[in-house]
Amino acid sequence: MRIFDPHIHMTSRTTDDYEAMYAAGVRAVVEPAFWLGQPRTSPASFYDYFDGLLGWEPFRAAQYGIAHHCTIALNPKEANDPRCTPVLDQLSRYLVKDGVVAVGEIGYDSMTPAEDRALAAQLQLAADHELPALVHTPHRDKLAGLRRTLDVVAESALDPQWVLLDHLNETTVKEAKDAGCWLGFSVYPDTKMDEVRMVALLQTYGPEKVLVNSAADWGRSDPLKTRKVAEAMLAAGFSEADVDQVLWQNPVTFYGLSGRLVLDPPGKETGATHEGNSIRRGGE
Amino acid sequence: MTDSAAELRAALDDSARAWLDKTLNQAAEHAKSSAATSGTASLDEASVEQQPAPALWELRFAEAGRRCGAAHADTARVLLLQAAQADLATVTRLYRQGTADERRAVLLSLPPLVHGPQALPLTEDALRTNDPRLVAAAVGPYAAEHLDAHGWRHAILKCLFIGVPVAAVAALRTRARGDAELARMLGDYAAERTAAGRPVPDDLHRVLGLTQAPGEGHAPCKES
Ligand SMILES: [Zn+2]
Repeated sequence: MRIFDPHIHMTSRTTDDYEAMYAAGVRAVVEPAFWLGQPRTSPASFYDYFDGLLGWEPFRAAQYGIAHHCTIALNPKEANDPRCTPVLDQLSRYLVKDGVVAVGEIGYDSMTPAEDRALAAQLQLAADHELPALVHTPHRDKLAGLRRTLDVVAESALDPQWVLLDHLNETTVKEAKDAGCWLGFSVYPDTKMDEVRMVALLQTYGPEKVLVNSAADWGRSDPLKTRKVAEAMLAAGFSEADVDQVLWQNPVTFYGLSGRLVLDPPGKETGATHEGNSIRRGGE
Repeated sequence: MTDSAAELRAALDDSARAWLDKTLNQAAEHAKSSAATSGTASLDEASVEQQPAPALWELRFAEAGRRCGAAHADTARVLLLQAAQADLATVTRLYRQGTADERRAVLLSLPPLVHGPQALPLTEDALRTNDPRLVAAAVGPYAAEHLDAHGWRHAILKCLFIGVPVAAVAALRTRARGDAELARMLGDYAAERTAAGRPVPDDLHRVLGLTQAPGEGHAPCKES
């Protein structure tokens, strides 16, 4: 079974997680730029973080046979902090980088005017850079947040077919689907979705344009939730092909819109040292 | 057109070749126009982070990997840097704002672009990382020419530690020859590995052999 986790914050995870993920079938991840729990106080702090998402983290992932890409954005929470908003003016120089496969996570947290501005500006950046967008839907006042998100997407230059709406659930999936967006579900140990509810939604809405992620980060979360959903799908009678569509093909198609997805396995299987592989992959 | 440009063009498909030609032109145009206006490039921190919009060719520099394919990215980027006649301030900015692949290209193009030791901070930065792709690019001809003896010896040890083949080290034979201090460091490292029950890398023996081979009829040693 091959698994693509389309939303996971590996910066917060250990190499044990990478090993366990590889053993569970994870061969590719996308790490969206988000907040760090502790608020940042300057744009420079973002740039070091972005550099890590493009440098150290994919390098670390490659040691464990996992292809790592990222999405870059000013996240909705910190879009409210005037110390952080200058980041918006520097995003373009990151959005041209090879490892960036979408603009994200953008969206709403508390639905403030500052969040409106950041969301609209970053949807425009996605259109300008021919990148899809990963849009986080808010945890509080979720349905209202989804509707406001869909309005802003409709007003933007970005095709809804280039938008992945994430953290969806039973109350928001239908309107997101009707809008033509890709449908993301975060499966968490206690909040957001669980495996059983995920399977029920798949039975209702089908596997088309559905992506499942662990959204694992520094909070209580489980980087193997993707695999657990796959197993729950099989147990509920879904075919191997359905599982592959949700856990591999759909993320590949969505992030593939960027034209920048490189999925050749980083070479864990060759038996050479990790370092030796990295050298060869870097060219002479 | 340089030999490597001709070779790269031959290896690319039509759309990548068209991209390369257009981008090399943009870089050359930029070189012409900045030759007319510049001479005041400064290296302070503010100038690195608070640039106006980057020149077009610099954006193309970032996308070379996906346009030309990963296998040709180094060559394409090095050609771009040469066509733009990137100066110290530019290579420094591109390095600092670059991904590991972009940084590699900057390191690989240093010898013709920067003549003195002023770009050594980039080499030293790369040698502080644990990324073999960067370390391999950092131990090229620029390091061979400018890195001091202490830094160069540590670079050799770094290669052995993280598995960068010493074949990547420029001027290894000439710089290692007769270097008793390097020989001592290698011997200590080998002893440490052995004490820990770990194998000693073959490359260590190879370099150790080079340090202990004064005149074997090779070119005369230039110990700096
Ligand atoms: Zn997230």
